Amino acid sequence: MGRNTALYKKNKLLWCVGGWFRKISNFAAPYRNRAPLTTMSKTIRIRKGLDIRLQGEAEKVLVQLDPAKVVAIKPTDFHGLIPKMLVKPGDQVKAGTTLFHDKYNERVRYSSPVSGEVADVVRGDKRRIMEVRILADTEQRYEEFGAGDPSTMNRETVVQKLLASGAWPMIRQRPFDVVADPAQEPRDIFVSCIDTNPLAPDLDLVVRGQGADLQSGLNALAKLTKGKVFLGVSDKTTAREFLDASGVVRHTFNGPHPAGNVGVQIHHVAPINKGDLYWVCGVQEVLSIGRLFNTGRLDATRVVAVTGSEAKNPRYVRTIVGCQMKELLGEVPAGVRIVSGNPLTGDRVANDGSLGFYHGQVTLLPEGDEPKFFITDGWAGPGLDKFSASRSYPTWLMPGKRYAMDTNQNGEERAFVMSGQYEAVFPFDIYPVHLLKSILANDIEQMEKLGLYEVVPEDFALCEFVCTSKIDSQAIVRQGLDELKKETT
Amino acid sequence: MKALRKTVDNLKPSFSKGGKLEKLHWVFDALETFLFTPGHATQRGAHIRDGIDLKRTMSIVITAMIPCLLFGIWNVGHQHFAAIGEFTVLGEGFWDKVLFGAIKVLPIVVVSYGVGLGIEFVFCSIKGHPIQEGFLVSGMLIPLVMPVDVPLWMVAVGTAFAVVIGKEVFGGTGMNILNVALTARAFLFFAYPTWLSGDKVWVSTDGMATVDGFSGATSMGHAAAGNSNGVVSLMDSFWGFEAGSIGETSAFACLIGAAILLITGVGSWRIMLSTFLGGVAMAAIFNWVSPGLPDTSTVKYFMSIPILHQLMLGSFFFGLVFMATDPVTATQTDTGKWIYGFLIGFLAILIRVVNPAYPEGMMLAILFMNVMAPLIDHYVVQANVKRRLKRAELRTA
Repeated sequence: MGRNTALYKKNKLLWCVGGWFRKISNFAAPYRNRAPLTTMSKTIRIRKGLDIRLQGEAEKVLVQLDPAKVVAIKPTDFHGLIPKMLVKPGDQVKAGTTLFHDKYNERVRYSSPVSGEVADVVRGDKRRIMEVRILADTEQRYEEFGAGDPSTMNRETVVQKLLASGAWPMIRQRPFDVVADPAQEPRDIFVSCIDTNPLAPDLDLVVRGQGADLQSGLNALAKLTKGKVFLGVSDKTTAREFLDASGVVRHTFNGPHPAGNVGVQIHHVAPINKGDLYWVCGVQEVLSIGRLFNTGRLDATRVVAVTGSEAKNPRYVRTIVGCQMKELLGEVPAGVRIVSGNPLTGDRVANDGSLGFYHGQVTLLPEGDEPKFFITDGWAGPGLDKFSASRSYPTWLMPGKRYAMDTNQNGEERAFVMSGQYEAVFPFDIYPVHLLKSILANDIEQMEKLGLYEVVPEDFALCEFVCTSKIDSQAIVRQGLDELKKETT
Repeated sequence: MKALRKTVDNLKPSFSKGGKLEKLHWVFDALETFLFTPGHATQRGAHIRDGIDLKRTMSIVITAMIPCLLFGIWNVGHQHFAAIGEFTVLGEGFWDKVLFGAIKVLPIVVVSYGVGLGIEFVFCSIKGHPIQEGFLVSGMLIPLVMPVDVPLWMVAVGTAFAVVIGKEVFGGTGMNILNVALTARAFLFFAYPTWLSGDKVWVSTDGMATVDGFSGATSMGHAAAGNSNGVVSLMDSFWGFEAGSIGETSAFACLIGAAILLITGVGSWRIMLSTFLGGVAMAAIFNWVSPGLPDTSTVKYFMSIPILHQLMLGSFFFGLVFMATDPVTATQTDTGKWIYGFLIGFLAILIRVVNPAYPEGMMLAILFMNVMAPLIDHYVVQANVKRRLKRAELRTA
């Protein structure tokens, strides 16, 4: 914070002097790794991290898919949610009709993204609801929530509109990474306009031509907090939609993954302390919210990057939240894992599974369930096709190479042995291993002290990736957050 | 390879639950996972994982120790023949020296691995844990820090003590507080001091008559006695042509190991560098103090050895590269590593020069800092916690 404030003051001073200074300053901007002064933003450089170079990046073509025939909303996408069903199989719904609400917070409603007939409520173990499937009509009908400019509305109207339409769950809260509680008010709201995950979609492409919706969405978010709406943009972005958005404070970020994680951006702008509450929202979700206010309808359209070494046709497609993988990808052969989301944090889904609520990416990876002989392709092998953050395989000498990584764990789980590994990919002022150990010891006080409020599972995804001992740190962090939430609320 | 896989798959049922050899399940598991990285696909969390695992990490550390082992084998032979007055020139009798050294050293390696892995197998079978790879490194380190004439039963006892008391009682690999190999050495050092110190154990004479003027003492022993003639030259100590524990004498071989560990990123450069700096600091202080001491002072000569030479002698480099960097027993935090390493180097030279009972200080310095490591980490982490609390106060103020 201190460093950024200092940069800002320095910039402000130059701004005041104006004229030549500004010109010189702009001229030098690329060399200083900062955005030009004219955008009044502050570049924050993330040094720690790792870009995993995978094969199968989506080609920059956007294809409109046929309207989805079957769409599913998965209560499991919303951590900790216990749904109370309001519809049953056979019911007719419109796009925006509530399907279920949170059993413990009835105001938070979850709606159908399409109109049609409720086909099935798929249940898992202990009758837990896994999916609510809807057979879509060919002609879409919408619930009308009324169009209007959010900046002229009061907070309560905006909240009501978001809740009624089922757009509310698009807003999540930090700490704990759960759906925001409408009864609370956050300090600030953060939107990350960068996705740095492996093979992640280029959000510049996603937002292209959607400036008006983005602006309305941001205006709506601005109504929800007395604080600010922070926009984290990449130093390489050329999207005017991000750079021209008004009513927000922009920060420019530069660096490897996880620079695009909103948690990392919060940490470098205004770190979360005990008792702080922030809300976060993804770019595609902001667009949906914007469309809600511009058209009065719930429009859960998503641009999805189809990626991965096994994707036949890696490209961008426009479809809808919850659309089935079958329709998105066609038949996928056995031995290929379908991941809704990115390879680090996404969910494994079957061919008849559906796109996750917060996902704008689908990744197809080769399944790695074959044993590997130690000398040829196992631990003692030459490893010319193995990606590693360590330099224990010769591939570190080939910085441009891209890899078709499979889903093999590449080793067995072990006790913590190596040190310094997590720290190299973890751009937080937090000691990750000490934090994980405090969670494993279930020491609530220590978790708080070591900074658990500032992180969510996705921030540990890279730690989990690089771990020599193959420790599932994302699951541990989630367990810690659940414990902490139980104790503090 | 396919045939091998088939054999393994055929054998598997007898070692699984309900099989005839169920008790040996984890031993089988260890051998199976040695041959084949299992086909475990990721079940939760990140779908893709880094290519590195503990087996590869440990195999790199073992590779890094091979130059020390090979040089040690030759040097054991060289010291032997030099003592009995044959092949006194370095280049002469290379294969005789290697053969003699191999006959002396390899049994120690075999005993160390056999006893250590045997105990690990038994413990893991009883506890129902998979066998972890930690001992593969310890098993190689133990022979390298032994004097060549140590009896094999002593190696066995020391290894058993180190594995059981040093590691398994704490929960196995990753949980130990003290470096396992140094625990073995320290145990033997204090239990059988005449076999691990003095003049008789460093050079294997095999009972043959020695040349006149042969003492068998290490340079450390000579230096501690103030006998400057017995201390080998800077270059000899760099290459390692001197008496000492099997693997420790050659700073050059240790530096090759260091290069392997640093290039692959397995060893911590922070610890290596700070240990070196700590040693330099203490040696410099001694150099500075020594002219002021009376000539009768026993430590005057030892203190006056030039810095680089001081560090080349004894096991300073071996400990720096292979022992101080043990990630389990070292500090975990980056800041902590600087403090930890510096104090190891500093204390090692201090103990070696000033304490007459221990002619070499590296072992004790590392063990002492192993014990202190959690404390150092605690204060580093507490500073982080305080920073966080202060930030919260600033915000509310």
